[in-house]
Amino acid sequence: MLGEAEARRLLLDALARSPAEQTELVLVSWNGALTRFANNAIHQNVAERDVQVLVRVASGRRVGCAVTNRLERNALERAVEQARAAARAAPEQPDFPGLPDPQPVEPVGGFDDALASASPDWRARQVQALLRLAGSDAVAAGALETGVHEVAVANSRGVFCYHTGTRLHFSTVIHADGGSGYAERAAWRLEGFDAVSAGRLAVERARKAARPREVAPGTYTVVLDPYAVQAVVGWMAYAGAGALAVQEGRSWMNGRVGTAALSERVTVWDDGRDLDGIPAPFDFEGVPKQRVVIVERGVPKGPVYDTQTAAKEGRQSTGHALPRAWPETASIGPIPTNVFLAPGDATVEELLEGVDRGLYVTRFWYTRLVHPRDCVVTGMTRDGVFWIEGGEVAYPVRNLRFTQGYVQALGSVEGVGAETYLLGDRFGAYRVPALRVAEFTFTGVTEF
Amino acid sequence: MDELVTRVLNAAELAGAAYADVRVVETTQQSLLVRNGSVQAVSWTEDVGFGVRVVADGAWGFASSHRIDSEEAERVTRLAVQIARASALAKREDVDLGEPVVQRGSYRTPVEVDPFAVSLETKLELLLRADQEMRRVVGVTTTEVEAVFIRQRKTFASTEGSLLTQEIVETGCGIQATAVRDGEVQRRSYPNSVGRHQQTRGWEFVVEQDLVGNAPRIAEEAVALLSADPCPDEVTTLILGGSQVALQIHESCGHAIELDRVFGAEAAFAGTSFLTPDKLGNFRYGSEVVNITADATLPGGLGTFGWDDEGVPAQRVDIVREGLFVGYLTDRETARRLLRLLGPSPYVTGVSNGTSRASGWNRIPMIRMTNVNLLPGTWALEDLIADTDRGVFMDTNRSWSIDDRRLNFQFGCEIAWEIQNGRRTRMLRNALYTGITPEFWRSCDAVCNADQWVLWGTPNCGKGEPMQVGHTGHGAAPARFRNVRVFGKV
Repeated sequence: MLGEAEARRLLLDALARSPAEQTELVLVSWNGALTRFANNAIHQNVAERDVQVLVRVASGRRVGCAVTNRLERNALERAVEQARAAARAAPEQPDFPGLPDPQPVEPVGGFDDALASASPDWRARQVQALLRLAGSDAVAAGALETGVHEVAVANSRGVFCYHTGTRLHFSTVIHADGGSGYAERAAWRLEGFDAVSAGRLAVERARKAARPREVAPGTYTVVLDPYAVQAVVGWMAYAGAGALAVQEGRSWMNGRVGTAALSERVTVWDDGRDLDGIPAPFDFEGVPKQRVVIVERGVPKGPVYDTQTAAKEGRQSTGHALPRAWPETASIGPIPTNVFLAPGDATVEELLEGVDRGLYVTRFWYTRLVHPRDCVVTGMTRDGVFWIEGGEVAYPVRNLRFTQGYVQALGSVEGVGAETYLLGDRFGAYRVPALRVAEFTFTGVTEF
Repeated sequence: MDELVTRVLNAAELAGAAYADVRVVETTQQSLLVRNGSVQAVSWTEDVGFGVRVVADGAWGFASSHRIDSEEAERVTRLAVQIARASALAKREDVDLGEPVVQRGSYRTPVEVDPFAVSLETKLELLLRADQEMRRVVGVTTTEVEAVFIRQRKTFASTEGSLLTQEIVETGCGIQATAVRDGEVQRRSYPNSVGRHQQTRGWEFVVEQDLVGNAPRIAEEAVALLSADPCPDEVTTLILGGSQVALQIHESCGHAIELDRVFGAEAAFAGTSFLTPDKLGNFRYGSEVVNITADATLPGGLGTFGWDDEGVPAQRVDIVREGLFVGYLTDRETARRLLRLLGPSPYVTGVSNGTSRASGWNRIPMIRMTNVNLLPGTWALEDLIADTDRGVFMDTNRSWSIDDRRLNFQFGCEIAWEIQNGRRTRMLRNALYTGITPEFWRSCDAVCNADQWVLWGTPNCGKGEPMQVGHTGHGAAPARFRNVRVFGKV
């Protein structure tokens, strides 16, 4: 870990030596480790220390980017020069609004000393305890990751902000008697995390999922565990809740903002400052993250913005920029990264009670966007799907393929769970409850 | 570099490692993205670091760092050994790598024109022209043109005595047009979707793709799709274009034959496989026209190299021979495990077939597809269509999903045409097809010939935790499948 003082020294020194008209430097570091297990043994166990500096320079509206993971002075100078060369070669970007001006960024928590010092032995002993729980008649697989990340942003207009946080991610799949169960947890603090208590639910689910029967494809009422709900809300956020998708007319929000498009039980917001998520106080342009209500009681309110998409509409960025210098994020545009779906007041049992005949789904797998305007997605169920009859779980069934418009699914929400899970995502996290959805369409079955 | 390598291997042995290897990897990447006539990204990336993998107390440990210096080499190596000893707290058996692998040499991707020697101005001019050609077409709302150039230099050394250096060069490019009207969104891509087609070649690869020449057609097809009829819902004959066959191979064969998946290493994430060891040598995977190889020696493939990241030489392996499942992708450890499980046979040698690769210095090597290819058949595409009374021709992937044992799949394609009486007729939109892997490949009754066979590149293959994005190759030609469920109402 570099620390704020060293990050500031590195970035301000490189800024001072940049001859570019405008320069933005983003430092991203990760010092983490991951212990992976399968077949009731640790089989992969890794650690990584990396730091990247992302450079964006502009000359007028000509913009160039570069990335380096070397921190020597000459390496940073070379990266700035590469970015300048790119800017010189590029035609003007008519919609480049310039780098953002500084805004006050209030620090937010999210760093836990205990988690930061989690050792290989600690991770191994957590796994050991889980393997003991699984016993000899179940097979456990999964991963436990811990680490410290840092982000610092500085630009030639005076922006400097720094944040460091800790992160834990745990997931396990338990196989028993031909069935499987799943558990996942994300956290930024160690207190309250215990692989055994999370894994116990997966073991129970696996045993209940054994010897599944076949059920015909069709449209059913479903109760979705939070893992499945994250997959739904995740695609809605990624594919349609960013301003670029809306401005290009390919979002599910197009034509629906201000209308009762979803169930009034659905309220979704993004909040990078909430300690119930994985906090991040500013985005990759150094703009403080605003709390943005994306859907309020079923009514889409609008997307999140970065500086470029905001300027196009004459408004302020909401602090949701992704890095422009990373090739894989350069064209995504802004997206929500700290997403919350408002909980309701039902237990999962109460959600099940309302279902005469339907399906209870643990999680979805390999979900892919089929068509963007209704956010139509296909994917499979995985690690425990059950037939519900008369308001109770009757028996496990084989995994099914679904092809479903998520707009329509979230338009038919009948109940919302009270308990929420914090689940990891590449750029942040989601905190979501279970849902009961009146109509969900399954289009195929598989052999297990 | 030599000093760092020596220091790591010495430190590992001093710390008690029974085996250690070190990879020093230096990657330079240039990425260009033109969007709607404007250069959205011109990015240069430099990424350097080293990873140390050890076996201590019979278990694996790995640590890595971006800092290349002696002090860090010692710290990282000690950490790798500490991690291995922690792994040993929860091991079931000792790591068995079989006979030592001792290799020395160097390998370099042959390129005609070094892509890093071509000026940025020349590259951008070509991309902007392709973008302009698409934007001339009325009705197109978003255009994208992308190019990527990668040079990776790596040094591998092990306590067994291997010392290898490699330089792999990759070049990728693609164009994409999107049209939006009245709530309908349609996209066309060329040569492949998900941004680009890619090979281990130089700038000549970009020139050969003729992005500018294909741009008007791609844009016109995107607009035409807005008015096309949805693909009908029926069970019919399906002809897939070559790039979609490549993805079908990748998802339903390539991942299924990864022996680490078969043994459960990915059970909690990427999943397992229906191709369990009891099926090796006796399972009918496909029809007799289905012949699949894994070939890391093919020039130009994204799975082409000199040695894998365990130091095992690149090789060609039969996977499916006349429909029969005969081979897995293996690394040193899984090859031994398969031998212990099944004993020696024509299909089981106990020796790695060289498919273990890491996505970078900060990741461990794991089994990755090399170039997993459907070998060419005998048909010309026009003859194949003429031979089809009724069916659908689909091309260029739009969406892909498959279950965690690689059985139930559903793929969408950007464009399709109805086939009536041996002729390609009306255009169809939102075309999807679904099936079960062995049923689907057993229904394959024709594969097009070498004239239409292309070594496609998949630069976005996800596997492992932490996630590794692998680059794989898939040689494929258009192929025909009978009795496939297709649909288009979404």
